[in-house]
Amino acid sequence: MILGLTRSWSLAGYAIAVILILPLFALLVQATFPDEAVFSHLIDTVLPTYISNSLLLMLQVCLGSLVIAVPAAWLVARCDFPARRYFQWALLLPLAMPAYIVAYVYTDMLDYAGPVQRMLRQVFGWTSPQDYYFPDIRTLTGAAIMLSLVLFPYIYLLARTAFMEQSSSLLHASRIMGCSPWQSFWRLGLPMARPALAVGMALVAMETAADFATVSYFAVPTLTTAVYDTWLGYGSLSAAAKLSAIMLLVIFAMVGFERFARRKQELFQKQSRLTESDRYHLKGVKAWVSFSYCSLLIVLAFLLPFMVLAGYAIDYFDESWNSRFWQYSFNSLYIAAVVSFICVVLALLMMFIRRVSPRKSDILPSRLSSTGYAIPGTVLAIGVLVPLTYLDFAINDVYDYFDARGPGLLFTGSVFALIFAFCVRFVAISIGSIENSYKRISPSLDMASITMGQKPRQLLWRVHLPLLRKGIFAGALLVFIESMKELPAALLLRPIGFENLATHVFQFVSDEQLEHGALAAIVIVIVGLIPLIYLNRSLEQES
Amino acid sequence: MQRQGEFGMKSFKSLALLGLATVSSMGSMTATAAEDLTVYSYRQAFLVEPILEKFTQDTGINVNVVFAKDGIAERIAREGRLSPADVVLTSDFSRLMELVEKDLVVDVNSDTLNNNIPEQYRSPENDWYALTMRVRNVYSSKDRVGKLDLSYEDLASEEYRGKICTRSFKHPYNIALVASMIAHHGEAETKTWLEGVKANLARKPQGNDRAQVKAVKEGLCDIAIGNSYYFGKMMSDPKQKSWAEAVYINFPNQQNRGSHINVSGMALAKFAPNKDNAIKLMEFLSSDVAQKSYAEVNMEYPVKADVKPSEMVASWGDFKADSLPIFKLAENHQAAVKLLDEVKFDL
Repeated sequence: MILGLTRSWSLAGYAIAVILILPLFALLVQATFPDEAVFSHLIDTVLPTYISNSLLLMLQVCLGSLVIAVPAAWLVARCDFPARRYFQWALLLPLAMPAYIVAYVYTDMLDYAGPVQRMLRQVFGWTSPQDYYFPDIRTLTGAAIMLSLVLFPYIYLLARTAFMEQSSSLLHASRIMGCSPWQSFWRLGLPMARPALAVGMALVAMETAADFATVSYFAVPTLTTAVYDTWLGYGSLSAAAKLSAIMLLVIFAMVGFERFARRKQELFQKQSRLTESDRYHLKGVKAWVSFSYCSLLIVLAFLLPFMVLAGYAIDYFDESWNSRFWQYSFNSLYIAAVVSFICVVLALLMMFIRRVSPRKSDILPSRLSSTGYAIPGTVLAIGVLVPLTYLDFAINDVYDYFDARGPGLLFTGSVFALIFAFCVRFVAISIGSIENSYKRISPSLDMASITMGQKPRQLLWRVHLPLLRKGIFAGALLVFIESMKELPAALLLRPIGFENLATHVFQFVSDEQLEHGALAAIVIVIVGLIPLIYLNRSLEQES
Repeated sequence: MQRQGEFGMKSFKSLALLGLATVSSMGSMTATAAEDLTVYSYRQAFLVEPILEKFTQDTGINVNVVFAKDGIAERIAREGRLSPADVVLTSDFSRLMELVEKDLVVDVNSDTLNNNIPEQYRSPENDWYALTMRVRNVYSSKDRVGKLDLSYEDLASEEYRGKICTRSFKHPYNIALVASMIAHHGEAETKTWLEGVKANLARKPQGNDRAQVKAVKEGLCDIAIGNSYYFGKMMSDPKQKSWAEAVYINFPNQQNRGSHINVSGMALAKFAPNKDNAIKLMEFLSSDVAQKSYAEVNMEYPVKADVKPSEMVASWGDFKADSLPIFKLAENHQAAVKLLDEVKFDL
């Protein structure tokens, strides 16, 4: 937009992007290597089941989240009923819950040995599983319900915004023409929110594809678990890379769909917004139904699992409250802090270059780097290990050449691999956050600054940085949370002997004794709540 | 523009500074002394750590032990000549063989090891050693089934339709059992057997061995497949004692070839940086002290002939073990995995 940015700035942007998409590239190369017929064996036997499981799961989670989220979003955005103001942020709480923890808690409750079925048996006098039917929670549909419970807030958030931003003149017109609130929803609100819903569903599908822990706990084999098993079970990195490539194909198709939907969305957002008086004021039964619906969602998806978790944590407090707990917490926080710092710096650099570069193509680095978010952790782990292993050996070869003792596994043997993978996966979040902030800074400020003789570096440091700090902070915070929660990449890439809260908790989940890891799980959830407080504040300002 | 309580530039800068400090401290996170031993272990911490501590007390050699449920062989293979691993401990035989097949281990010449560990429990090439033995038992409900004298083959019989619980058959313990079936009956017959067992399952394979016994206690199924030591471990856990008390432990195939045996073991990593100390550790693990600890802490059968199993394990009675040489399991491992995929056992 503004002249005066030298080529070296652009090159720096490209260099960052190349490093960040290196894993993707390495993965595709690895996928072309021979795999001793492991892959063809998989195709002949279990691969079709894995693929259909993955697709079915994504479909069910998308539909499930949609059905849960849209009514809640409509109620909060367009109606008024008791406690609506609280619900508008409380409905986001489930985002802080890792799906596998919710899954564990519900399995405990709904299993044959759990309190629900025990009570039913007592009440009806049943004695064996043959006496009655009870749906098995450890199934594909069970996993879909669990994932929907924690992922629906993505759709809720986008749908709510879409409903609120729909033009008030259209709504008034529909009222004048005699539309009831229901008709207004079906004919106007829902169709106009379609692009936002598509974006939300794409996000939910991506998160579903990346889920490893829930499906692995429920023993539902999907492509994600297949990648893990093929790599570590069959010991075939190439076959695992081939599976990953299939998975990426599916995911990138979804991302393309999402981009397409988002482009269309821009068409109708430039009109007068709804005001408080445009809400439907619900009374009597309707108000209570709305209130109960939203409360039930929050109880099922957040409060109940949280209480159970808290109960476990209290029961096993003495055992869990030890130096290891502190070590794992420190590891989690440390990794998250480093990753969010690096992500923000990289994103800031790329977005700055894009903003002030005279070359249109300088948008490319940030776009390319953002693809990392779509790569599931399991898949990314392979992509990260391949080039880093190569690098490690290259460095040691150089030492050997000079007859010196090499540094050993500099990258793959340390937390570097982990941090690198997290950065690749989460830099998109900080890019998005800073991009949004940049939109609010008038270009005339840049021009003024240049006119006054500031160099690009000074423009970034003295003008943009102070104005961007909220976006930077929000971006860093979100990356921080995601890094705390990310499991499969941590599981596969941690240096041997390294545990953080997520891997520690998952180990107990897979051993069916989450009770012992409940304290650590609580920490993950509570840290995950911090951005919601922040988000809540900005929601309040909005309304 | 700036309101009270808002996020100010000052706090922003101090946060940024903090971030920078954290990043620059990265290098100091993973450092160990060069002469320390590094053990990669599939076996769980609670079991291995007390024994390794004893070793450090005796010899003054520090041991860094790291645990993983999966992927140790894959990791050592990738690390190649740069791998820090000295000794690998595995919880089952197939993983021991995986290390051998991938050429990740090296032979040890130690008279101590050869004296302590009987011939059938170590490699003829001296590149792996078993440390403990366990039986793949069949547990039966005390109330609904009673004590059983059955064979693994019987698990496929119609009599048990909808009554069996097991963990994933892709778990190494079950793969080894399938491999032994292939060794005795061939692939075709084993496939039919697997289909029969699958048809008898009360639920999709899930959870660990203990969870199956719990399911029997709750009445979900009558029969569970599980390793012998879990019975002892459940008996000594206040919460799980009632699970174990609801079942009998049965030793299958006593009328013919004997019960299927699996072993845990150890091997010396090919590129072990501290081979001498590593061998010292291996010798220690085969000694009376360590063998006794395995027997008492984990309720396993020690391989060293003159070390007795724990009192509780002994109380389960004598049994006949399958005399199939352990390496036969390894030969059929790959075939077992493929059969399991073919019959979609876990799906």
